[in-house]
Amino acid sequence: MTQAVRNYITFLTRCARIAFVGDWRYYAWMGLLTAIVLLGINAYCKQFVHGLIVTGMGDEVSWGVYIGNFTFLVGVAAAAVMMVIPVYIYRNKELHDLVVFGELLAVAAILMCLAFVTVDLGRPDRFWHLIPGIGQLNFPASMLSWDVVVLNGYLLLNVHICGYLLYCRYCGRTPSRWFYIPFVFIAIAWAVSIHTVTAFLYVGLGGRPFWNSSIVGPRFLASAFTAGPALIILALQVIRAVTHYPISDKALLTLRSIVQVSMIINVFLLINELFKEFYTGATHVASAKYLFFGLHGHNALVPWIWTAIVFNLIAMFLLVLPVSRSLKWLNLACVLSIIGIWIEKGMGMVIPGFVPSTLGMIVEYQPSTNETLISFGIWAFGLLVYTILLRMAVPILQGRLARANEGCGVLEDGLPPKVETAIEAH
Amino acid sequence: MNSQSDAPGKAPAPSMRRRSFLRSSAIFGAGAAALAASLKPLMDLEKFTSTEEFLQKHYKEMSPADMAKVLARISREVEKQYDVRPHVRDLRPMDGVEFVYALNLTRCIGCRKCVHACVAENNQSRSPEIQYIRVLKMPHGSLDIEKSDHNYDPEKVPEKGFFYMPVQCQQCENPPCVKVCPVNATWQEKDGITVIDYDWCIGCRYCMAACPYGARHFNFAKPSIPKERLNPEMAYLGNRPRKIGVMEKCHFCVQRTRTGRYPACLEVCPAGARKFGNILDPESEVSKILSTKRVFIQLKEELGTSPRFFYYFDV
Ligand code: SF4
Ligand code: SF4
Repeated sequence: MTQAVRNYITFLTRCARIAFVGDWRYYAWMGLLTAIVLLGINAYCKQFVHGLIVTGMGDEVSWGVYIGNFTFLVGVAAAAVMMVIPVYIYRNKELHDLVVFGELLAVAAILMCLAFVTVDLGRPDRFWHLIPGIGQLNFPASMLSWDVVVLNGYLLLNVHICGYLLYCRYCGRTPSRWFYIPFVFIAIAWAVSIHTVTAFLYVGLGGRPFWNSSIVGPRFLASAFTAGPALIILALQVIRAVTHYPISDKALLTLRSIVQVSMIINVFLLINELFKEFYTGATHVASAKYLFFGLHGHNALVPWIWTAIVFNLIAMFLLVLPVSRSLKWLNLACVLSIIGIWIEKGMGMVIPGFVPSTLGMIVEYQPSTNETLISFGIWAFGLLVYTILLRMAVPILQGRLARANEGCGVLEDGLPPKVETAIEAH
Repeated sequence: MNSQSDAPGKAPAPSMRRRSFLRSSAIFGAGAAALAASLKPLMDLEKFTSTEEFLQKHYKEMSPADMAKVLARISREVEKQYDVRPHVRDLRPMDGVEFVYALNLTRCIGCRKCVHACVAENNQSRSPEIQYIRVLKMPHGSLDIEKSDHNYDPEKVPEKGFFYMPVQCQQCENPPCVKVCPVNATWQEKDGITVIDYDWCIGCRYCMAACPYGARHFNFAKPSIPKERLNPEMAYLGNRPRKIGVMEKCHFCVQRTRTGRYPACLEVCPAGARKFGNILDPESEVSKILSTKRVFIQLKEELGTSPRFFYYFDV
């Protein structure tokens, strides 16, 4: 037992150590991210001292980019299943060795989500009120309490799956199916649940007609399964370029077909929503009118949403056309759909729910500089986490960081020399 | 990946180890300095919370002894901040009482006296301004809230062609704000008043998104009240001063109504538009109004929130 613990600690220390070594590009990238994180921390300290008054939010628009980013990132985290399903259900070979990268992205995304909710709290010091047992979690009545449960559960599931598989690879052992396959299947259902619950957070509010629509859930899933895999396509190419880890174009094209179908569904659902809002012309259309065309001379969101729509449409055409089989065009389509969907979920979904207010007042929202800095800080933090996780995972998967080469010292690239027996050990 | 020249298993040369040691200490040193610099704004932090407040239990889990301690703490804190010794009580709902409000739209002249009486009574922040009552100026003939004007400011009220509708917490029988709160910081008491434990709220503002009447107000900044304006007659679930980052709203003046007095907004109304009382008592004024008026209005009735706040007309 103690030997096992000691082994595990050695593994963790070696992983931690490797996060601090790399070539100059690695240092430059990590340095840049750290600097942005620090700017974010600085901005958050200001917010902590002066209150949420330093944001653009107010009594009318009481949620802003924090909750918008949170919503978007829950989708990114959920989208990891779009790699898991092909691998574990359809036994897709191409994606098999890559699925862990998707799961690690989910871990980083959930951490960002938790950070975004935390900075949105007026009293972060009282977060323990949410912990069942010592606090008072209003479960199951409050959808926010559901979100707390499912997000943390999803985080644990993914940490367990990735951690277990990587550790086995490190030890040169074949993973025992019982230790992870059941969790993989739970995680698949769980991924859908995190985004559904997040949609229900909005859908459940009868006083906000813009959100109180049953299409929000399906739209969330469709847009998540577009933006998430699009992000993974880009990430995989970066991994391939930087680490020479073998990632086939075929794997990227498998993901392309997922993005393709999801984007078509996403646009279709948008059309459904637009039709219902504008054709019936009921009084509740005010928020949608404000979003798409402006209301009584207020039109802060109009440029945002049309940018999103144009980006999504271009991305959709690129994706259905054969041109996007070339990576150049595929990447363009991915970037456009990520930006388009980010806008759609933040500026296009959270904010208009508050405009006009429940008492019919129009107050516009613009994120403040401080709020923007905090948001960038959290994004940089997420990228930092993802980079570190990859920095550990890639050498393990390549067999360069393994039990077999413990105590071998490191070479110039920060990694230990490869010991050939490492993989054949089992 | 140009490291193949190193023999596998060979430890790095000592000079390299020293170099990497120097390098990592430099990185850590610079990192610590940068972190310290980024945390600098925290120096301006005034007292944010205390151990006692941090560890305080939920209202419903406090024993009478716990509550006595909490009231003493609040009293101490208020005295320190405002130089006024307050009288803070934990007032519980009375048996056989369910409060409702009725407001006569024919009479209301839109003078906003209730708004200001409420601010004074309930120790609302003057800067930034928080007001529980919002008076809507509405064009004759329509109850469409989207046509309302919140910022009307004429020489003289009432203006021709308009009527005025004050909106505050409707004390819903089915309050969406209570349902959504993730930590039970807000709940409905048996006299029908929905209250907030300001020491338990985590400031997520979900209730604000859920309330269909714009009734909930958030302390985006530290509330400020001039010392000489503080109302020292306080209740735990009522008008005691709030902290930064928590939610508040109209509570039908629990510090008054649970001791048999009328809410401040009612007393000040020059038009006699406001009526308040116990709906369980058939002899009360509100019971009579609700049983005799042919039409009364519950705002946004279609949402099923079932407000305890009724609007009616004289004719
Ligand atoms: S009016 Fe709003 S704050 Fe008051 S009880 Fe109803 S939902 Fe809650
Ligand atoms: S802001 Fe406070 S009262 Fe409102 S839902 Fe959040 S914790 Fe509950």
